[in-house]
Amino acid sequence: MFGLKVHKLRTPINDEDIVNIAIGDILFLDGVVVTARDLVHRLVVKEGRNCPIDLNGLAIFHAGPIVKRHDNKWFIVSIGPTTSYRMEPYEYEFIERTGVKLIIGKGFMGNRTAKACRDFKAIVTLYPGGCGAITSFNIEEVLGVYWLELGIPEALWVLKVKELGPLIVTIDSKGNNLRNQIMDTVNKQRRKIIKEIYSSIANL
Amino acid sequence: MTFINLLNIMKEFIKVVVTSLPNDVVNALRSVCESEEGITKHVCNYMLKNVYLASRTQKPLCQDTGTLMFFIKAGSKAPYLNVLKKVIVKAVKELTKEGLLRPNSIDPFTNVNTGDNTGKYIPWIEWDIADDSDITEVTLYVAGGGSSLPARALVVRPTDGLNELVKLVFDIVPTYGINACPPLIIGIGIGATLEIAATLSKRALLKPVGARNPNPKVAKLETLLLSKLNGIGIGPQGLFGKTFVLDVHIEYSYRHPATYAIALSLSCWALRRGILTLYPEGRAYVSSHGVWLEGT
Repeated sequence: MFGLKVHKLRTPINDEDIVNIAIGDILFLDGVVVTARDLVHRLVVKEGRNCPIDLNGLAIFHAGPIVKRHDNKWFIVSIGPTTSYRMEPYEYEFIERTGVKLIIGKGFMGNRTAKACRDFKAIVTLYPGGCGAITSFNIEEVLGVYWLELGIPEALWVLKVKELGPLIVTIDSKGNNLRNQIMDTVNKQRRKIIKEIYSSIANL
Repeated sequence: MTFINLLNIMKEFIKVVVTSLPNDVVNALRSVCESEEGITKHVCNYMLKNVYLASRTQKPLCQDTGTLMFFIKAGSKAPYLNVLKKVIVKAVKELTKEGLLRPNSIDPFTNVNTGDNTGKYIPWIEWDIADDSDITEVTLYVAGGGSSLPARALVVRPTDGLNELVKLVFDIVPTYGINACPPLIIGIGIGATLEIAATLSKRALLKPVGARNPNPKVAKLETLLLSKLNGIGIGPQGLFGKTFVLDVHIEYSYRHPATYAIALSLSCWALRRGILTLYPEGRAYVSSHGVWLEGT
């Protein structure tokens, strides 16, 4: 299906770094990633709170880690993506307000987010879910944490990462959305399959 | 067996469950890796590498260590039943503090996280009794958020029961399922009432991958749904490939003349399920993973 085109990215990310990246490409990221999930999105977009860290040119990770604290320093025990689609109602405005360039998450996002990627030049990537242990070895350092009062999974964790990936591009900066291809495939077949099963059930 | 001994066994058991996968799931993933091509093969190999590293480094293989759900079959003559619940709660609290479990227990009205994975009815424990037995079996299922999100249950007209079930499966699994970490395991429950169907759909996920329902008609439906779901071509992580679903299991109770309740539970590929057998004299065996626990 895809050509397995691999890119390396480093934060801060400029528009020129991502314009030639297309859906289905694979990325590996060096630099700064900030976790931001449900509550952070709601607080920034719906309640107008200022994000406590400037995300312009950075990457956000839809993720809630397991952390440990030693001698006043935080360590990531396990970290991986959470379902990105939950952030769909907020992501357009979140990208618009923060200037974030790369979104890392689980699964796919919708066409409002795709429009934001086209309007403000950003990309959305899928990171294989359930890979929390291996990913902890790509985290070099916890640079800080904000809004810890939201609870460990919901806080903004600022992470220095090395070769974070494979990140598979699901929305590119032209607004192409891989989810639409999947949904087309599903919708073309679904009704026919259901009918086939109905007739099989009659003869179970 | 002392309280501390049992507590240590329970902690070791939970640790095994969140840092490794049961043998049947690992083997299913290995064959998926072999059959996929291109990007999905790459992704599946990465998942397997994570399973290996998690086990080697004793780290949770997924950061979402879920809502802990215990299904206990208590031997009617087994010792330590009076402390088992206390042991489970204490083990969960301690492992959260030790950074092995992510704090996932939140008050639904205030949205405050208790920070220790306990709260009203949490961890969830379901009890059953094994007659005339001195052996207790504790099954742990870790319900991650991503794959719990698309679950559904409803009661339909009995004349349309099975057809409605098929419709529900194909409305939910190929659409919402793409975000629930495929290849998925699908649990289907059928019963007289909503909560009977719902709990049976969760118990369906506890069956080994590849096991078929003893009722041949039900087994045939399981196989049919599996092949049709995979036939769409959605593939691992929704990136187009051969295997979108690892298995489909159906559990059912007899129904009421006027009702046909159906429920759908999903598990991500990282199906963290463990079965601990506690013998009266203190031996403890995790049969799902093939590991003896010492509790020392």
